[in-house]
Amino acid sequence: MLPNRDGYGHGLIELGAANSEVVVLDADLAKSTRSDWFADKFPERFFDIGIAEQDMLGTAAGLSLGGKIPFATTYGVFVTGRAWDQIRTTICYSELNVKIAGAHGGISVGPDGATHQALEDIALMRVLPHMRVIVPCDAVEAKKATIAAANVKGPCYLRFAREATPVFTEEKDFFEIGKANVLKEGTDVTIIACGPIVYEALLANEQLAAMGISARVINMHTIKPLDEAVVLQAAEETQAIVTAEEHQVAGGLGSAVSEVLVKNKPVPVEMVGIQDTFGESGTPEELVVKYHLVANDIVLAAQKALARKIK
Amino acid sequence: MYTQSLEELKKSCKDVRGDIVKMTAAAGSGHPGGSLSAVELMTALYLNVMKHRPEEVTWPERDRFILSKGHVCPVLYSVMARSGYFPVEELLTLRKLGSRLQGHPSSKLLSGLEVSSGSLGQGLSIANGLALSAKLNKKDFRIYCLLGDGELQEGQVWEAVMTAAHYKLDQVCALVDYNNLQIDGAVESVMGVAPLVEKWQSFNWHTIQIDGHDLSQVLAAYEEAKQTKGKPSVIIATTVKGKGCSFMENVAGWHGKSCNEKELQIALDDIYGKGN
Ligand SMILES: Cc1ncc(C[n+]2csc(CCOP(=O)(O)OP(=O)(O)O)c2C)c(N)n1
Ligand SMILES: [Mg+2]
Repeated sequence: MLPNRDGYGHGLIELGAANSEVVVLDADLAKSTRSDWFADKFPERFFDIGIAEQDMLGTAAGLSLGGKIPFATTYGVFVTGRAWDQIRTTICYSELNVKIAGAHGGISVGPDGATHQALEDIALMRVLPHMRVIVPCDAVEAKKATIAAANVKGPCYLRFAREATPVFTEEKDFFEIGKANVLKEGTDVTIIACGPIVYEALLANEQLAAMGISARVINMHTIKPLDEAVVLQAAEETQAIVTAEEHQVAGGLGSAVSEVLVKNKPVPVEMVGIQDTFGESGTPEELVVKYHLVANDIVLAAQKALARKIK
Repeated sequence: MYTQSLEELKKSCKDVRGDIVKMTAAAGSGHPGGSLSAVELMTALYLNVMKHRPEEVTWPERDRFILSKGHVCPVLYSVMARSGYFPVEELLTLRKLGSRLQGHPSSKLLSGLEVSSGSLGQGLSIANGLALSAKLNKKDFRIYCLLGDGELQEGQVWEAVMTAAHYKLDQVCALVDYNNLQIDGAVESVMGVAPLVEKWQSFNWHTIQIDGHDLSQVLAAYEEAKQTKGKPSVIIATTVKGKGCSFMENVAGWHGKSCNEKELQIALDDIYGKGN
């Protein structure tokens, strides 16, 4: 078990050593986002901008214009919400090479409550031209995603979770931005998930197997550009889809997958995610249960999707 | 790189003013008021002060200019054309479909622009980021950033003011076009920003106060900013919105409106003298 923000911290350290152009900015949350790991090793390349998210994104834009690869870091709610216009007009419109790291994605942030639980960040970033949106499923993948983001040109949004969650991918596993990973083959239904909830999808796969249902599990770590081929193949071969994410079902992974399907291959889709509501305080374990984000909910959704299959 | 003399600059300012009213008239829209108030600041910058190479826009040593108040791109396009980035005739394509000269500047379309702008309040942060990159790379290029006085109402500007001073970004030179007008009226009646000099000073900036239409004061201010080490400088330039066109001067309504044919003639007469 590791929080996937740790993966970000490790990724930054590795990048810092490998590439002197990498710089990191934070807005007074360096400990919590793990950007302080980079700051300790490369103090001259770390800039705390203070509690000023808009200025941080603009400063990152300027650093990228000067040839640097800036990682602008804070909580997902603040970076995508408060600085959205800066990301849109300054960074995306000019297609600047700025990496944006949103820590504390999802309701599993826990006791801090609704104000700190980013549940709309994927949607906010996904609508922006030139933006890539990456949601790693565990700490190992988070590290790879961080490094991969530095190695592509253009704006990227990386979303990390706060809580320690199971680490189920390995260093040697293939990772490429925009290429989904099929974790389990299956023929009856496909579960497409992003972030730590992918682990719940794997548990759901086992529960479904016990019922005689063969569920494919896809780790869709990149929401944009979406791996459409994998989605369409799953629709073709299993004829029913479940999406799962710790995010509003409107505008996030569920929407992205559905957009591809309605245009090409309409099959029943059930969406596991936040259903148009804010979060609240509680332990992460309590909240994911209350908001229907655990394996059991995915199983129920899979059964629903199966029942709706066009015979 | 240009080093126009004071006399040449004076003449160039007339041409730039002429360009502004002509190009916005041809577009049928645009922002002449705040373009005209910044003519001396911008003309002196592009044709005398800045190190830049229009024929080599990616020259790493070039000084950078960031137009934070993106709506006054007519003045920027004009000084760019007149320093050789593109033909002066192209100015008349402003705001037309397919033109590189978008209604607010697009760096993707027009090379020579550092960054796109149009949403107010963001430019100084970008200038700071460039200055930080210059420090890391041990480069000594300077970064100029033009802001409106109304624009100073944006909170992000003051975040950036803090950042520049905190990191002692002495390559940064902010220019405030203090024309005391914004869209809804006088800045002091919409949302007062005064006293500007004291504000910037208390944020640990070096302040230089000038008449923004007096070219020798403008040149001297740029030089003073360049000599100031250890802190960023701001040139607070008192100006007249719509300067040079009698009917536009100090009239808020000319913020975002272009001349019709008759008005254009009067404007050009005002700028060049009747019968010229
Ligand atoms: C964030 C943002 N809000 C509003 C606008 C609309 N707008 C364009 S110009 C302007 C007034 C600017 O006044 P000032 O900064 O004084 O500029 P100047 O007088 O030099 O034209 C406004 C409100 C904008 N472009 N960006
Ligand atoms: Mg003004």
